[in-house]
Amino acid sequence: MILGYAGKLLEVNLSTGKIKEVRFDDEVLKNYVGGRGLAAKILWDRLGRKWETINPLEPENKLLFLTGPLTGYFPGGRTCVSGKSPQSNGMVGSTVGGEFGVELRCAGYDGIIVSGEAEKPVYLFIKDSDVEISDASHVWGKDAKQTVATLTKECRGFLKKRFPKYGEWKEPAMVYIGPAGENKVRTAVVAAKWAHAAGYGGYGAVMGSKRLKAVAVKGTGPLPDVADLRKVKRLIQVVNDNAYESELWRRWGTGAGGYEFGAETSSEPVRNWQDEWHDERSFGVDQFENRVWIKQFWSDFGCPTCCLKIAMVKTGKFKGAITDNPDYEMQAYLGPNLGIFTPEENVFLSSLIDDLGLCGIQTGNVMGFVAELFQRGILTKKDLDGIELKWGDAEAFAALARKIALREGVGDLLAEGTYRAALKIGEKKKLDVLKYAVQAKGIGIGAHGIRSGKDYPEAISYVCSVQGGDHTSTTGLPLDGSSELGEIFNDSGVFCNFNSFGVPRRVKFDFYQAITGIELTRKEWFNSKALRILQLQRAMLLLGGPDLKWNPKIHDVNPPRFYEPLPSGPYKGKTAKKSKVEEEKRRYYEAVGWDKNGIPKTEALKALGLEDVDRCLEKIRYEANA
Amino acid sequence: MPTKKEPIWIARELSKCSGCRKCEIACSLFHENRIWPEASRIRVFMLVPGTEFPHFCAQCEDYPCVQACPTKALSISKRTGAVLVKTKACISCGKCIEACPGRIPHIHPTENYVVICDLCKGDPQCVKVCQEGGWNVLKKVSRRNRHYKLYARTPEETARDLAIKMYGEVAEEFL
Repeated sequence: MILGYAGKLLEVNLSTGKIKEVRFDDEVLKNYVGGRGLAAKILWDRLGRKWETINPLEPENKLLFLTGPLTGYFPGGRTCVSGKSPQSNGMVGSTVGGEFGVELRCAGYDGIIVSGEAEKPVYLFIKDSDVEISDASHVWGKDAKQTVATLTKECRGFLKKRFPKYGEWKEPAMVYIGPAGENKVRTAVVAAKWAHAAGYGGYGAVMGSKRLKAVAVKGTGPLPDVADLRKVKRLIQVVNDNAYESELWRRWGTGAGGYEFGAETSSEPVRNWQDEWHDERSFGVDQFENRVWIKQFWSDFGCPTCCLKIAMVKTGKFKGAITDNPDYEMQAYLGPNLGIFTPEENVFLSSLIDDLGLCGIQTGNVMGFVAELFQRGILTKKDLDGIELKWGDAEAFAALARKIALREGVGDLLAEGTYRAALKIGEKKKLDVLKYAVQAKGIGIGAHGIRSGKDYPEAISYVCSVQGGDHTSTTGLPLDGSSELGEIFNDSGVFCNFNSFGVPRRVKFDFYQAITGIELTRKEWFNSKALRILQLQRAMLLLGGPDLKWNPKIHDVNPPRFYEPLPSGPYKGKTAKKSKVEEEKRRYYEAVGWDKNGIPKTEALKALGLEDVDRCLEKIRYEANA
Repeated sequence: MPTKKEPIWIARELSKCSGCRKCEIACSLFHENRIWPEASRIRVFMLVPGTEFPHFCAQCEDYPCVQACPTKALSISKRTGAVLVKTKACISCGKCIEACPGRIPHIHPTENYVVICDLCKGDPQCVKVCQEGGWNVLKKVSRRNRHYKLYARTPEETARDLAIKMYGEVAEEFL
């Protein structure tokens, strides 16, 4: 057996109530590692042949919670959530911070596979090898903070009752959904610790479709054995020391971004990306720090960075709103993207988004899109159930967010996410509104634009990513530098990539080797293992269905907005260039073994042992050439 | 800085805790030679997100746990002031937990004895990592004739205090 793994996964069928353990061969673990990689393997093996017919929100979809061998060892614990995505109809490896993955490994599991759907709301409670499907009717409809409070108390109560002599029980770690997930809103998250979320992919909706309100886990064992503990300890120290020297990164986290990505790099969404520049000092990190941060350092298991802070509004209209920093993505999408430039309003909206169980990025994206349609007179107050959706009106956006989470009135349409809503609105208004939709393959683009060329994403970052608009899985060339193959390692080893900034690139591979005892070179990763995972994800993305399908010729593109010149700021007039995008796309296709239509080639798939994937792609190859 | 020979105490500023749990990692690596949060002698509770705090022995001036032990498994280290557990004598009866005003000791998850902070023979590992990271929630100080027992509080009590301190009256909804 390979070291560094608990050695088994838990499989729960919510339709039958059957619970069992599953194990994977060493070969599978060696090739797919864990998290995102293993998710690709599990989903392909179980759903691949019928992928196009699987409705992500029906019981046949699988919901995965996976750790990796680095979880708990590499500083900064995370958990990877996956399944067939109700946003992209492909597969996204979506990670969430917190202690859940560590507790799961300490309970003896590398992950959980959930299938079927429960008859009534339930939650899973795992205490080591004891697994229970418990009634969750009393928390169904409850917001994030109520859910966490109620289930924390309840689970500790169970533990106390069953093990009265143990002493005090720490809280189990938990992932949960809010009302948005329950209502199968496609922009719903799987959340943890009030403000943490696996957002990309829309797995909150999948969890809701299964009537699974939460999973709580308490593991009393140690993390799995490693091959070379001394080396692991040394590597942890390398990551820690690097973080301790990054003074501003620790002090501000991504919280400086709300100002800097606007003023400096001109790559922040402003009013639905009509601009990417602002220099509103009211949105400076000092304002957040001095006015709303009530805890300067907040972190997850083993994290030396503490990029998270806790913010609370103490006075005024939004008094009582609590969230984290907000981090840069929440700052941008629930700030400038909606024409909002004060910390208090930003904290208020972020807190509401947390409570409702919505994704701030995807919901901020769709609300910005709608606000632009309102600005242009395409949608009226009447279309929006009486909401006057003016830029900068935090309360109007809050009202809209509530409607989305509850699928009330116009919220039901917007709950489908930007792309699907744009199709429907376009049809109804007989207008092309897709040009205002800033998304890639059903996934709203993260708050890092490409037009100025000063931020990290590149011309084809979102065009070719197998996770669409996901800013944590952008791609490009060279493959071993700028592509998403590196991100696939982070999401498969399952650790926080923020703690790898500034750390020599080999350290994460050294971690893998010291933990598992298996040699893994960068070359091996980039030339075969990561590529295999990428091809699986690409195949599932292109197979898509049943409601939407992507044709690379049409959909491997940047949103039209990225070809409009930046209207203001130091990079005024700059824009993405179609010819450059096409040229880079062609080179990228070639590098990853995709044909001119963007479909993985037979020889590339065969070289990776993916013959069955090749067969499944025959049909779309034929269609693309027809 | 206290000298190696003199009894010590770990001063604590709980509201600064980031919840990084590096203290649990360091403690379990030192005592168990693995990362094992539940076997750590210092445990970080998060009953309300944002109000994480380390829960560990306060070395009460009258050591009620030692007095409550029916098998004399607990003793006081003259050198450090820590409560020491004779693992072979301990019968996991939980009397020490009941006697502790903070219900701080807990039973080892796999072994048949209680675990209590032993101050790492005077060089507490948790303090080192907490200082190294600059959090300074924990600090090693000389033991004086003070009311350390005040710090032996149950997780519920501490969580409540910290939550109200941080969030004000809305904290009631989270408890």
